Amino acid sequence: MELTPEDWSAVRLTLELSTLVTVLLLIIGTPIAWWLARTRSRLRGVIGAVVSLPIVLPPTVLGFYLLVLMGPQGAVGRFTEALGLGRLPFTFTGLVVASIIYSLPFVVQPIQNAFMAMGDRPLEVAATLRASPLVTFFTVTLPLARPGFITAAILGFAHTVGEFGVVLMIGGNIPDKTRVISMQIYNHVEAMEYGQAHGLAAGLLAFSFIVLLGLYAVGGRNGLGGGR
Amino acid sequence: MSEAGIQLQCRLPLADFTLEADLNLPGRGVTALFGASGSGKTSLLRCVAGLARPAGRVKINGECWQDDAQRVFLPTHKRALGYVFQEASLFAHLSVRANLEFGRKRIAAAERKVGWEAAVELLGIGHLLDRGTAALSGGERQRVAIARALLTSPQLLLMDEPLAALDSRRKQEILPYLERLHDELATPILYVSHSPDEVARLADHMVLLEQGRVVASGPTAELLARLDLPLALDEDAAVLVDTQVVGHDEDYQLTRLGFPGGVIKVTRKALDVGKRARLKIQARDVSIALTGENPSSIVNRLPARIVGFGDAAHPAQCLVRLDAGGTPLLARITRLSKDQLGLREGLPVVAQIKSVALLA
Repeated sequence: MELTPEDWSAVRLTLELSTLVTVLLLIIGTPIAWWLARTRSRLRGVIGAVVSLPIVLPPTVLGFYLLVLMGPQGAVGRFTEALGLGRLPFTFTGLVVASIIYSLPFVVQPIQNAFMAMGDRPLEVAATLRASPLVTFFTVTLPLARPGFITAAILGFAHTVGEFGVVLMIGGNIPDKTRVISMQIYNHVEAMEYGQAHGLAAGLLAFSFIVLLGLYAVGGRNGLGGGR
Repeated sequence: MSEAGIQLQCRLPLADFTLEADLNLPGRGVTALFGASGSGKTSLLRCVAGLARPAGRVKINGECWQDDAQRVFLPTHKRALGYVFQEASLFAHLSVRANLEFGRKRIAAAERKVGWEAAVELLGIGHLLDRGTAALSGGERQRVAIARALLTSPQLLLMDEPLAALDSRRKQEILPYLERLHDELATPILYVSHSPDEVARLADHMVLLEQGRVVASGPTAELLARLDLPLALDEDAAVLVDTQVVGHDEDYQLTRLGFPGGVIKVTRKALDVGKRARLKIQARDVSIALTGENPSSIVNRLPARIVGFGDAAHPAQCLVRLDAGGTPLLARITRLSKDQLGLREGLPVVAQIKSVALLA
């Protein structure tokens, strides 16, 4: 069950996608988590529910609506075409956008929990020591919430590695562009190549186990439980 | 109009009541915000710091931190204050040294009035500098927190029951440091406390809060001796007497402390003649005799005049306010004694003081 060049291509693509998505999610998710952790706005419940939706929604449903939205008749699709970006479905970029939405709650929630567990006091102390809110964020908030960020990055990465339904709906099965590991496993099974499927599937299994092991190690050390 | 002093006009709705304060406080020395827990002391302190946003005005020795009329509200990090929280609240991700540096490095070198060595030595934390914060005891944490606040060379130091979390031995260790702060730094301190003992020891001025309202504000000695304030109902009701060492009696190993009302003898203290000493005299340690002629083992007997009566906590007792050469004293006696001796306002009596506590 040697991996074929196509298999390796899928592995590389998956790692590229997951890394990029994780980095972008940390950047996008942090302000959302900050807002959710600290706001007293009545919109908090609504926004929180929207962000968490991908946890319960079947990936195919999410993928379907993204496909519609990003398609030629969709609002997002018309917008990206107007910008000269073309259409997103069946492109790597489309996959990135979809993955960000799909994995968002897994990044936002650990960070939000870390911010909430920290409370107001460290921020108040920093203010009485002349640190501006921005300085406080980088010198106090981020270091104190670090376990939350580690958990968020691991979960976001692992969750993106494992996605299938959304990719199927929006990315299709284009080699080197959207064919990720889970698609490639599906292809092998369709072609009755169980040995090949095993090679990739066992790899993902081992990967998932190691990720969770690492997560519990981090959680155990910082008293944050297993992440969420 | 004088710019010196601390002007506070605050109005802030809280859960159970509205905090309302209109205060002019001295711009130096220690002012205690005193009251039961939940009386709004901490909230008032937070208003001064800008951690809460009241309606009103906050001016510190001429510097305006908040003035609604001029739409001025400086955020906390732009106010030159030091804040010591009840729990030390050290940054857990930083070493002791980095905690101390956190505020200090944001102060321009020219504005650093408090030296690193001085602060570290003052609070005795030199041996802790390279430790993490998790390994520190409660007292050590609080000393680091006080040093951290001092190192920002604040124009006003705000302290929210900084000793509340400490055991009494550690308290006794830190109190002299706080007194030195008071004597050496000339930085005004707002000190929240519900401990009459701390207030008597540290505060020059005192603000009495109840349900978010200022019941009284004035020099500590004056307020403590007032019969109409809830302080008088306290089991530990006491007055402060500022005295000066006038001499020592080597035979009997006594030190003589003089004040306008006479001389009080205490057990021999290592104090130079002329040194100032503040005494606390509890109302329960003062009894009243009509003349000084009865033989008694009580050494300190001062001529005084009765100026008023007040209620005590127990209905069997009452408080008598005496005037000893202009200095107020309080005596707590039974109402039975009061009637049997025929005590009345204006009557010259002898105050017999059983014991005194030397504060500083």
